[in-house]
Amino acid sequence: MHEDNKAKGRSMLPVTRRRFVQGLAAGGAAAALDWRAGWVFAETGQQQTLAMLTGKDFELTIDSLPVNFTGRRSVATAVNGSVPGPILRWREGDTVTIAVTNRLPTPTSIHWHGMRIPAEMDGVPGLSYAGIAPGKTFVYRFPVLQNGTYWYHSHSGFQEQLGLWGALVIDPRDKDPIEYDRDYVVLLCDWTDTKPETLYSNLKKQSDYYNFHRRTAGTFMEDVKSKGVRSTVQNRLKLGRMNMSPTDIADVTSATYTYLMNGNPPDANWTALFKPGERVRLRFINASAMTLFDVRIPGLPMTVVQADGNCVQPVTVDEMRLGVAETYDVIVQPQEDQAYTIFAQPESRGSYARGTLAPRMGMATAIPPMDPFPLRTMADMGMGGMAQMKGMKMSGMSSDQMPGMKDMQMNGASQNSMPEMKDMDMSGMRDGALDPLAGKTPFPQPWLRTTRLMAPPSQMMSPAQTREGQVPLRLGPEVASVPMNTSPRLDDPGDGLNGNGRRVLKYADLRALYKGVDGRPPTREIILHLTGNMVRFIWGFDAYKFSQAEPIHLKLGERVRFVLINDTMMEHPIHLHGLWSELENGSGEFSPYKHTLLVKPAERVSYLISADTPGRWAFHCHLLYHMAAGMFRTVVVS
Amino acid sequence: MMCRLALQLVIAGVLLTSVGVKPVCAQTPATPVDVPTPASGWPQPVEDNRVLTYVIFDQLEGRTNGPNTSFRWDGEGWIGADFNKLWIKSEGRVMNGVTSDGDHEILYDRPIPHLRYFDWQAGARVDIDSGPTRAWGAIGVQGLAPYFFNFAPTLYVRDGGRVAGRISGSYDLYLTQRLILQPQVELNFYSQADRGRGIGTGLSDLDSGVRLGYQISRKFAPYIGFTYSSSFGQTATFARGAGESVHVSSLVFGVWIWR
Repeated sequence: MHEDNKAKGRSMLPVTRRRFVQGLAAGGAAAALDWRAGWVFAETGQQQTLAMLTGKDFELTIDSLPVNFTGRRSVATAVNGSVPGPILRWREGDTVTIAVTNRLPTPTSIHWHGMRIPAEMDGVPGLSYAGIAPGKTFVYRFPVLQNGTYWYHSHSGFQEQLGLWGALVIDPRDKDPIEYDRDYVVLLCDWTDTKPETLYSNLKKQSDYYNFHRRTAGTFMEDVKSKGVRSTVQNRLKLGRMNMSPTDIADVTSATYTYLMNGNPPDANWTALFKPGERVRLRFINASAMTLFDVRIPGLPMTVVQADGNCVQPVTVDEMRLGVAETYDVIVQPQEDQAYTIFAQPESRGSYARGTLAPRMGMATAIPPMDPFPLRTMADMGMGGMAQMKGMKMSGMSSDQMPGMKDMQMNGASQNSMPEMKDMDMSGMRDGALDPLAGKTPFPQPWLRTTRLMAPPSQMMSPAQTREGQVPLRLGPEVASVPMNTSPRLDDPGDGLNGNGRRVLKYADLRALYKGVDGRPPTREIILHLTGNMVRFIWGFDAYKFSQAEPIHLKLGERVRFVLINDTMMEHPIHLHGLWSELENGSGEFSPYKHTLLVKPAERVSYLISADTPGRWAFHCHLLYHMAAGMFRTVVVS
Repeated sequence: MMCRLALQLVIAGVLLTSVGVKPVCAQTPATPVDVPTPASGWPQPVEDNRVLTYVIFDQLEGRTNGPNTSFRWDGEGWIGADFNKLWIKSEGRVMNGVTSDGDHEILYDRPIPHLRYFDWQAGARVDIDSGPTRAWGAIGVQGLAPYFFNFAPTLYVRDGGRVAGRISGSYDLYLTQRLILQPQVELNFYSQADRGRGIGTGLSDLDSGVRLGYQISRKFAPYIGFTYSSSFGQTATFARGAGESVHVSSLVFGVWIWR
């Protein structure tokens, strides 16, 4: 059921052997595309399906669009007259051309999230190009060298909050190792009728503006009942001394957000059809501005087969958390002739996005109750496992961090497959010879036939450490906390997901299906602290906002380890443009390739990067208002 | 004179707190060779120094103790970004058409390095109301003290070496997610008497209150409360001489509002 009526003159792909199934009849989709008429779907209760464009040549138009997701009229920023924008379905190996026309009164842009493309096609105003001025058209053209599920979104101002996003689905050139009968995109987002500028301004002036789970006299009494007076008072005093609140789960919550599934509010009940026994591939994309989603389908185990567009060894779970900008593909195989609820609750609870998997349209089943609102724990403050709380360390931290770093270095080295020297054969690369120094094209995505690049033993040295910025970190306006101890929390599913009786996906579970293509050990380690001051709503790396910091420089062809240390009490989904982030989660040469990594509070994670594509790349927290507040750096590969 | 003093205070503050040194990457290689620099007309990828404006009234209220009613305001606001703000503060009281305690300040504000939640502020204060006008240089700090106390001590200086001080503090106790009990206190000190404004030496007056407000929205919360104002020492003597009460307890009705 391809929707092709808005794109002119493009060649259609031959219909693949698996149809790409949309949730509703074509009539519904056509109605959604009739955008000049104004789209008021929540008023009519009509369900929206995503349009899909296929081929090699695309024309996208960005314009404002009247919408009604909440019962109130509002204005969104739409692509080809729909929110979300159409699914773009590409084929690996093609060169695609996308002409993007801006009909807004303000500049716009489209960034292809997770795509390994030349930097000037990456779509970040100020780094890739100037952006797309009002009335102008920018033509993106690049070869598609990868496959999987990705997405696109604006990188201009706050347009990401306004609906300018859509799914990218790239079919592999070869046979897909993932077998399925039906295929759906499930794009999750957070919508607000409040102007994003107002939202940002509210957070700057009162950072807990949207938190309606604050500690009150009432919660104090409850805690006294359950934990006793002494423990409750001690806890209040301990956190109070640092002006910290364990209820800082999300900066923006259901107090203003309505959560949408493929552009449908919960009541519209977006529905995906299946026949019992079929294998259904669900491509979950978290296109939110600020929301971490916990996704599950009660009664139906999900087998995760892809993370951030890269195949992983199948792992079956009941629930998974999607950080902002992450994607996970899962296979479900409903056997019964019944409806199943696709349930996505934000980490801050309060409301949810919801849809239904059903054998027929119009079916629905019970919506599960939301889980309790989580609280930050001592582990989130870097105090885990300590008998006595001495509070956040008030000064330099180098003594705490260094031993940890040494451990990591050892782990890293041992992971880097010393015995694999036999793989040093550099020929037989799927996309030609792999010469890191030439740095010509990006390294190929790991696949069946890609060969692992290894360094000669003389180059297997332990990496030099580089700390960006000022060390040691000191508390100040930009740094509200420096945890006493940080550790990898890859085995921790995250706040609100522990001990809920369900199998929840953890980063430790992710193991790539194919060996990584770059087996060289890193020659350098770059350590970056994720820092912030919640009260002032200032966020950055190593205490510096973007405007205060210099770019991070990488040498073309270099293999680098990034170490992120989260000094804040919140999760940060950290996204590096243009290059893969190979998470060091103990999987060795099968480390999962990701484009966005969700770093938990007081967590220290590391990942490897092959700086194989030159350019100025954005590196930032994908929480929109954290990025806007300064949590952004430029990474220059040259 | 006041302008110069205010300016000196601001400059001293800037010198004391200027940091502004960009971090240098320890192993920054030589200038990038094959990556073009962004064109001059390009925007910044993120604007993390947006200029915002803020106005809040902590007190916008009618006070009554039976025979007397008065109107009181205490508001402040700023314009600026994270590290540079211009503050304006104003408070005063109107009773029977007479304005008193008129205090208006314009201050330059910066975060204090190595303190997480406090800014220093320096600038000028003018006392403009129905009494004689006075001008002061002002320097102070304002911020969030441990345990979520709002705290703002300020020192004022004017010609002849006269010094004044003010300490104000408040605490927001959340009874529910929207019902807030706020105790508040403000104390004033003067080094020398100012008979024209009815001010004596030492601790001159106290204005305190407890207010119970309900946040209809985050930015709009009507409240009721109880306030207690008192003058002390020489100031109290002046007040008695003018036929004014020295200890005043009032019921108040007002609204917290900000944008």
